[in-house]
Amino acid sequence: MDTPAGPTPRVRTRLSPRDLFETATIRFGYGRYDYKVVPGLYCVGNPTPDCPVIVTANYKLTFDMVRRELNGQNAWLLVADTRGINVWCAAGKALFGTEEIVLSVRSARLDTVVSHRTLILPQLGATGVAAHTVKKHSGFSVCYGPVRAADLPRFIENDNQADETMRSVTFTLRERAELVSVELFILGKPLIFILLAAFLLSGIGPDVFSLAAAWTRGLAAACATALGIVAGSVAVPILLPRLPWKRFALKGAVTGMVAALGTIFLFYSQLGIGELLALSLWTTGTSSYLALNFTGSTPFTSPSGVENEMRTTLPILIVTALAAIIIWLAAPFTG
Amino acid sequence: MKDFRHLKNVATLQLDRDACVGCGVCTTVCPHRILTLRDKKAEIIDFDGCMECGACAMNCPTDAISVTPGVGCASYIMQVWLHKLTGGSVKTSCC
Repeated sequence: MDTPAGPTPRVRTRLSPRDLFETATIRFGYGRYDYKVVPGLYCVGNPTPDCPVIVTANYKLTFDMVRRELNGQNAWLLVADTRGINVWCAAGKALFGTEEIVLSVRSARLDTVVSHRTLILPQLGATGVAAHTVKKHSGFSVCYGPVRAADLPRFIENDNQADETMRSVTFTLRERAELVSVELFILGKPLIFILLAAFLLSGIGPDVFSLAAAWTRGLAAACATALGIVAGSVAVPILLPRLPWKRFALKGAVTGMVAALGTIFLFYSQLGIGELLALSLWTTGTSSYLALNFTGSTPFTSPSGVENEMRTTLPILIVTALAAIIIWLAAPFTG
Repeated sequence: MKDFRHLKNVATLQLDRDACVGCGVCTTVCPHRILTLRDKKAEIIDFDGCMECGACAMNCPTDAISVTPGVGCASYIMQVWLHKLTGGSVKTSCC
């Protein structure tokens, strides 16, 4: 539609089949680093100059979630350039930041388009945005909206008031489960190298190198790794609040030890005690390490807490991994 | 969040009640609702619930509240350590 700032594109508030398909593939990690929309001002419905201005990031997944929730509303949607990163992550890196918001407001010539001087920002943008500074440099006051886009309609209806639930971040089973696919996707490249190394190391024996051993023992090592991955990157996120202890590495060790039992069960007839021990250590250690890494994907661990946990558990994990590798390598020589 | 807890007493959150003017923005933006207003000044009601996101500190007009948020990602922390040991470059492309 036409505005004093020029023609402003109107967005659909219903997601197309292609949007939905892309949302699903993004959850698996494919294309997630290049899933952007063009930043700038958009309109939802037929907004008049007194309609609310809602600010969001230019990560298309975020953009799609927000516009879908604005179905039936008349509003202005100001999309900041966060380099295709979602609001909270971008706020943490100051991309969804004070300067960017001021710049977006100025480039869109928002003061000519709306008669009021209020911006509704997602609450999680507060990590990167100093509301008082935005007001000083742009003339627009920041009103922090709810955490979740789904609460936007109710927020606007309640005269821009949010209740405690709207302002709280959660980590429900569904939210944790949604992270599993991308955790596994990220493992893809390093895993190829680890599996290659596993097969090569498994072939080392009294005959210098044996392809048969590389295959049979390598397969066992690969299975042990796979079970460790399931324990650390699938079981830990899903079972998180039910697992004992606070340290993630310990939670991963618990699921890892259960998975190690699985390794033993699969290979007890083919391998010696030493080799089974090595695989158990490897499965448990892998699970513990992956669980430790999961701390970066939660909305409740603090960086100080993660660093503390890393200092105490990482040396233990390194020793465990080395022990597993040494015992595994030595086994063919000790009969 | 009451159900999810990590380690105790590690957060770097600090509040200077004398510098606080009671604007309440910190209590609005905290994603875990650990701040409240008492006697027209901010107060921390759940220190171990703090995830050091920095929203409160960023929005305080008088810098009464401070926190030193890091990245909180185990992979990134390890790369910084490796960088200190070996002098190799720190890869930040994944985040």
